[in-house]
Amino acid sequence: MKSRSLILFIALSLLAIGLFLADLAWGSIHISLSEIISVFFGKGAEGINSEILLNFRLPKAITAVLAGASLSVAGLMMQTLFRNPLADPYILGVSSGASLGVALVMMAAAFLPVAFVSSGWALIAAAIIGASIVLVLVVGVSFKVNNAVSLLIVGIMFGTIASSFVSVLQNFSNPDAIKLFVMWTFGSLSAVTWNYMTVLLPVVLVGLGLAFYLQKKLDGLLLGENYARGLGISITKTRFLIVLATGLLAGGITAFTGPIAFVGVAIPHIARGVFRTSLHRILLPACVLLGASLLLVCDIISQMPTYTLPINTISALFGAPIIIWIILKRR
Amino acid sequence: MSILTTQNLSIGYSKKGKTDIIQSDLQLSLRAGELVCLIGPNGSGKSTLLRTLAGLQKPLAGKTKIDGDETAKLSQHEKALLIALVLTERVDIENATVYNIVSLGRHPHSSWWGNMSEEEDAFIHEVIAMVHLEHKAHSFLSELSDGERQRAMIAKALAQDTPIILLDEPTAHLDLPNRVEIMLLLHKLAHKTQKAILLSTHELDLALQAADRIWLISAEHGVECGVPEDLVFNGSFNRAFESRAYYFNAANGNFSMNYPMTKSVWVSGDKTRMYWTLRALARGGYMVEQNADIHILVTEDGWQMDNKNISTIEELLSKLNDYA
Repeated sequence: MKSRSLILFIALSLLAIGLFLADLAWGSIHISLSEIISVFFGKGAEGINSEILLNFRLPKAITAVLAGASLSVAGLMMQTLFRNPLADPYILGVSSGASLGVALVMMAAAFLPVAFVSSGWALIAAAIIGASIVLVLVVGVSFKVNNAVSLLIVGIMFGTIASSFVSVLQNFSNPDAIKLFVMWTFGSLSAVTWNYMTVLLPVVLVGLGLAFYLQKKLDGLLLGENYARGLGISITKTRFLIVLATGLLAGGITAFTGPIAFVGVAIPHIARGVFRTSLHRILLPACVLLGASLLLVCDIISQMPTYTLPINTISALFGAPIIIWIILKRR
Repeated sequence: MSILTTQNLSIGYSKKGKTDIIQSDLQLSLRAGELVCLIGPNGSGKSTLLRTLAGLQKPLAGKTKIDGDETAKLSQHEKALLIALVLTERVDIENATVYNIVSLGRHPHSSWWGNMSEEEDAFIHEVIAMVHLEHKAHSFLSELSDGERQRAMIAKALAQDTPIILLDEPTAHLDLPNRVEIMLLLHKLAHKTQKAILLSTHELDLALQAADRIWLISAEHGVECGVPEDLVFNGSFNRAFESRAYYFNAANGNFSMNYPMTKSVWVSGDKTRMYWTLRALARGGYMVEQNADIHILVTEDGWQMDNKNISTIEELLSKLNDYA
């Protein structure tokens, strides 16, 4: 059993590395592997291909890896916390909060200085603030209510309220602003430049670190809250840390890439199906590798055609059949 | 030796200043190496008492003490080292094997990584063997029967290696052979491992046979503790389960239904067959009286009434109906 997991991990790591390289190589302009190597090792680090590689494809591929890993790990934690296979990283209203923030900035553009709106940081700040506000409210409630299902409902309600505000804003906005906002909701991996990466990377790493720190407690939570208490797990504290980690992971990614649906709910199921285990010390790294791989594949597909498709669409188109296949296979 | 005691304990719920006291002023003590069964009608506070003793719920007044330390002052982790729980919540974990579930019981003892040494691994296998699940150690939880699933949860509690185990209705949803087996297993474990095991149950006859001590809980009479037979002799059972519909039959340790008895018969003869005959007659509304008009003689392979041989109860009841 243990050796099977080890082989799977090696295979998945190789797959992820391969996909990462493929994501760098393929696109509207093909860059050969030898060229990639020479760019990375300082030789011939000039010309248009090196520019594309270093300032466009490399940050995009890294963003794909971070987004896939973050959303999958956040999804796994939510499914464990709520003991609900349909839970996803956005279930606590994180993406709705981020959307509200972004919608406010985009659609209230008329009242704001142009320079502020056109800067990417404004959108990111708005998304982070929006997601954080919803999350702080949910965490506040998590200390008050003593069961996970109530917390789930409260999270969904906060999300609904945020979405309604977005609709109200849309109602009073001009078509251009609405189009801009809708584009943001499609999700995009290419918006993350090296500048943004300096913020995104630490946020994601802290979130992932927190998730791994909680792995044993997550195992205990699978038994249900009362059993977990019986095992000596402090439910309130653990729940707070899980919500915090989810907020960092899902909120951070959403702020920079827009909402990417589906990955968070699908990958944990794929990880459980592939590794046939319930242990988080295996499922967490499995989610990191599988999530990264799936988003890399989606990114490769999305940059294939002349018209680049939104990542949100491809992840769902590509991932949904995988889930159905796994469920049918498992019966 | 008492390991868990309560002092003037009141249990119940309090919400928004309203308190709903279910039991009050309880002085209980649970001893090491004993199997104690908590018995009582629905709503008498069995689960509330268990939850309070487990520290999942706060006492309304008074205290519970483990080894002299007040439970409320212990941390969650310290409690986990003293009390293991088996609850009524159904555990369904995708892809979890019996081994995985049982090793969760090691949670309070293991490091952050939760990785197991060879000794730990051997201990987990030993515990699985105690509940006779060796052959299923690496089966998934979803492949187990209800009885096996319950034994796995008991193994998890054993793996926690605590001096006290509390079980909330461990025999619910099980068939008779499994109920008997679980009770026997717990009885054996209490004596062999010197743990204090407290369980709540509705299985009166099983509890009377397996328990070293019974805590009889009822809304009217509080909690009465004692060796099962003593509680039978002093009438506690009858008081606790007072009802018009049935009565506690001290002769066989069961509940018997109170049928309206309007007709009388006189029965004599073979003893074993007599027991079942009387049951059937009670159901039919016949009171047994000395020298009643109708006399039924219970023979070795049938019955005699009016010098006629009768071979089945059904026949006997229909004959009696003809008289009436």
